[in-house]
Amino acid sequence: MYPYVPHTQKDVEEMLKKLGLNDIEELFNDIPEDVKLNRELNLPKAKSELEVRNRLMELANKNCSVSKMTSYLGAGAYEHYIPSVVNHIISRSEFYTAYTPYQPEISQGTLQYIFEFQTLISELTGMDVANASLYDGGTAVVEAALMSCAYSKRDNIIISKTVKPDARKILKTYAHAQNLNVIEVGIDDGVTDLDELSNLVNENTAAVIVQSPNFFGIIEDLEKMSEIVHKVKKTTFVASVDPISLGILKRPGDLGVDVVVGEGQSLGIPLSFGGPYLGFMAAKKEYIRKMPGRIVGQTEDMGGKRSFVLTLTAREQHIRREKATSNICSNQGLNSLAATVYMVTLGKKGIREVALKSTQMAHYAYEELTKSGKVKPLFNKPFFIEFALKTDKPTEEINQRLLENGIIGGYDLTKEYPQYENSSLYAVTEVRKKEDIDKLKSVLEGIL
Amino acid sequence: MRNYDKLIFEISKPDRIGYKLPELDIEEKPIESLIPEEFLNKEELNLPEVSEVDVIRHYTNLSNKNYGVDTGFYPLGSCTMKYNPKINEDMARLDGFANIHPYQPLSCVQGSLELMYELQNYLCEISGMDEITLQPAAGAHGELTGVMLIKAYHESRNDTKRNKIIVPDSAHGTNPATAAMAGYEIIEIKSNKDGLVDLEQLRQAVGDDTAGLMLTNPNTLGLFDKGIKEIAKIVHDAGGLLYYDGANANAILGYARPGDMGFDVVHFNLHKTFSTPHGGGGPGSGPVGVKKDLVPFLPVPIVKKDNEKFYLDYDYPQSIGKIKDFYGHFGILVRAYTYILSMGSDGLKKASQMAVLNANYLKEHLKEDYYLPIDTIYKHEFVLGGLKDSLSDVITLDVAKRLLDYGYHPPTVYFPLIINEALMIEPTETESKETLDEFIEAMKNIAKEAKENPETLKTAPHNTVVRRPNEVKAARDIIVKYEG
Amino acid sequence: MKVLKGLYYTEDHEWVKVDGNYAYIGITDHAQHNLGDIVYVDLPEVDDEFDKGDAFAAVESVKAAADVYIPVSGKVVEVNEELIDDPALLNADAFENWIAKVELKDKSELDELMSSDDYESFLEEEE
Repeated sequence: MYPYVPHTQKDVEEMLKKLGLNDIEELFNDIPEDVKLNRELNLPKAKSELEVRNRLMELANKNCSVSKMTSYLGAGAYEHYIPSVVNHIISRSEFYTAYTPYQPEISQGTLQYIFEFQTLISELTGMDVANASLYDGGTAVVEAALMSCAYSKRDNIIISKTVKPDARKILKTYAHAQNLNVIEVGIDDGVTDLDELSNLVNENTAAVIVQSPNFFGIIEDLEKMSEIVHKVKKTTFVASVDPISLGILKRPGDLGVDVVVGEGQSLGIPLSFGGPYLGFMAAKKEYIRKMPGRIVGQTEDMGGKRSFVLTLTAREQHIRREKATSNICSNQGLNSLAATVYMVTLGKKGIREVALKSTQMAHYAYEELTKSGKVKPLFNKPFFIEFALKTDKPTEEINQRLLENGIIGGYDLTKEYPQYENSSLYAVTEVRKKEDIDKLKSVLEGIL
Repeated sequence: MRNYDKLIFEISKPDRIGYKLPELDIEEKPIESLIPEEFLNKEELNLPEVSEVDVIRHYTNLSNKNYGVDTGFYPLGSCTMKYNPKINEDMARLDGFANIHPYQPLSCVQGSLELMYELQNYLCEISGMDEITLQPAAGAHGELTGVMLIKAYHESRNDTKRNKIIVPDSAHGTNPATAAMAGYEIIEIKSNKDGLVDLEQLRQAVGDDTAGLMLTNPNTLGLFDKGIKEIAKIVHDAGGLLYYDGANANAILGYARPGDMGFDVVHFNLHKTFSTPHGGGGPGSGPVGVKKDLVPFLPVPIVKKDNEKFYLDYDYPQSIGKIKDFYGHFGILVRAYTYILSMGSDGLKKASQMAVLNANYLKEHLKEDYYLPIDTIYKHEFVLGGLKDSLSDVITLDVAKRLLDYGYHPPTVYFPLIINEALMIEPTETESKETLDEFIEAMKNIAKEAKENPETLKTAPHNTVVRRPNEVKAARDIIVKYEG
Repeated sequence: MKVLKGLYYTEDHEWVKVDGNYAYIGITDHAQHNLGDIVYVDLPEVDDEFDKGDAFAAVESVKAAADVYIPVSGKVVEVNEELIDDPALLNADAFENWIAKVELKDKSELDELMSSDDYESFLEEEE
């Protein structure tokens, strides 16, 4: 017997009888003998819940979590404090055991939180419309690129090398499949080279994609870039952002950005070894008919009562089939709920406070670490909560020594940017304390 | 509190807070001294101000307007709405899994890598494939990855004239959308009268421009395509590859493997077959398995083992590249791994047996009042063509809406497109005979109501928090955010 | 279903009304009926040029999306912007509410289209 399969022997017999069958195997007679698996699957036998739990605990204990170590890793995934309410709400099984809200009458809970999520993301980014989510920050960049190509009917995508490497790699994978061209813009002291960008943009450019704060944590000049991009009609200016940064930084929508995407993991979603996270997309209203993914709209029911439905579905794969601009169906529903609960719990003051406190801690760390001169800043540009450092020793060696002291050091930049030798990226958020930074400083100086 | 009708923005009140953060233990500097003023937003964001109690009450009330598998029977065809075991949730939230950063040194994440390595092996065994990538984020993403792999295979052989993907007319819309996203043209072939691939049509459709065929087996009607070996031969002889959409894998665990049927690429939906929750529309996970010839093209990295140490292997020079940030939906992988351990080889087979038994049992009863276009043994699901006695103008939509009043989530309706007034029913193995009997009774009652009191159906549902929201209005007068 | 005399028709249910060197193009009553409540019309841009058979506009309802194929080659000189704000006009009267006005490139292409009688029998056959 199995706890998730309720049939008794008597049930099975009665049901088979209704079908005029004697043996369960007769239900599988339609599978030809030459494709039938005539042996048992080579997997372990069923285990009790206790045995399963013990095995999973054993595996989990082989990992060192950031709650036991002090981590300075960022590079696209950040350790922010997640209030308890978030997990409690997403653990309500009316939410997590539901399907995509195709039956609005019994899905108003899901539909309404998506509507709230769209509202919050629109407000945070300063855009007209937001969709219900995308897989993650990297694929959101790609979806924005594809949408821009469909919007402008052009094939060239310009992307800055300060955009996180994974996003650029995923873009190249997709672009190859669709015969689109990806053109990368170089880096000038940690930010997008604006002269180069200016030379590259022309009437074949579908999109210009940048990230701010960029992969090095530096704030890009979106306003200036917008001027460059919009010299050409119908070219889409796409910015990938860290939503927490919008607690203090100017909103992309107020700086001329057409489409904002990003990784929403910072908004109440655990690190979880890289996923599931939360991609988001917000845009000016002229893009709404080309947007990928689900969109929830407000309407009225038969009795005139406010209600919510999936809307503008004629954009999507199940209707457009091969003419759809994206094959995305549903994607990060529950994580958009986590982000919604996080955003409303922190609210007007809290998102700003998280951003401010993280900035204070990060800049304190930057000042302290670079004071002695043993560790040097790689760039000299304004940053948010992440910064690049350069030393005389390989990052791997430093990180190994830090690990022995209970510290997970910064992200090794040299792997993706060989021009930056012995350099790494440190992220500091509101969860760090003064003593953490002071310990990092002393251990680091001991190593160097 | 089903009548609760506020948006979170409507319960906001200035100066209320729902959180508390620690005080800074360093000297606070003016923000303008850290970040140049030109980058700083001077305006306040218009976000809600609510207390923690407000948040909990608000979203608890919203949850009461939802229906999940834990609420009741969810026979949504093609979606495999099986029970989501609670231990899966607990395991994914273990500190050692939930709180690890993707870029931690490998020595700090051996447990995660071991889990992924074993899951890769389990899925290879279940599918009969040679290697698996766990990266794809969802079914549609798995499909796209799979079709890109097919493309990379042909390109590596300089076989570049293959620009067409064949899809049966019963396929889900994602299949053609995916093939188009990978730069392919789509050829649709019609099903034969038994609902299976028409071999003659297939023979005529294939050629030296065929890149591949996308298929589910059992197909969208819930029928196992007996001609699968012949189908594979036709496509392979023409130089094309076979793609298996794993949407319906719950029917055949331990009975048949796509790898043995002749498929070259397969994706699984962990959120269907392997019990991870649908989450109200994600996050899911769509691992892709391939046969040996396609291994070199897999997206990187793949988890490997070397002398008891696990590592991420990026050494695939012909890889299609990356298709997702980091390594996939690890939190979902933990749940699926937990499920496979709980069920074991014996339990997975049992699951398929009972899923198929449940479907056929329902079919046998419901065909008395509903039209069953193809009367045969089904696998895990079956498709009805509306009410048998359609003298009234009651349509499938009305039946679905009336089921809401009886406390059920309706089946998938109007899909597949090849059956008029389709009702696609997939009970899954986690439902008891009692649940099925009650559902049968409800469906029979509805059939009776259709004759005696059709108006009750045309105006259904009557007991839900909202009733048939106006979709036309939503699409014409677009309101996609709260504007006060 | 209404079919208007004096117009040209296509098998994809578009109509063409010729006015000198120009033609008005729309979708037929049959097309709007099959689509149901139309919620959006994707119009071409003025000065866009199309070859006969190109998808030059799209019409969306809640349950379907249909491309509109241009029945004759030509350059768009005017689009019916009223449809942007009120797509339901196509449901109200599909023949009164044209989608675009096109400058004809090759008038002989008209000969390949159906007359109203042809179209009526075509509809009957399709039934």
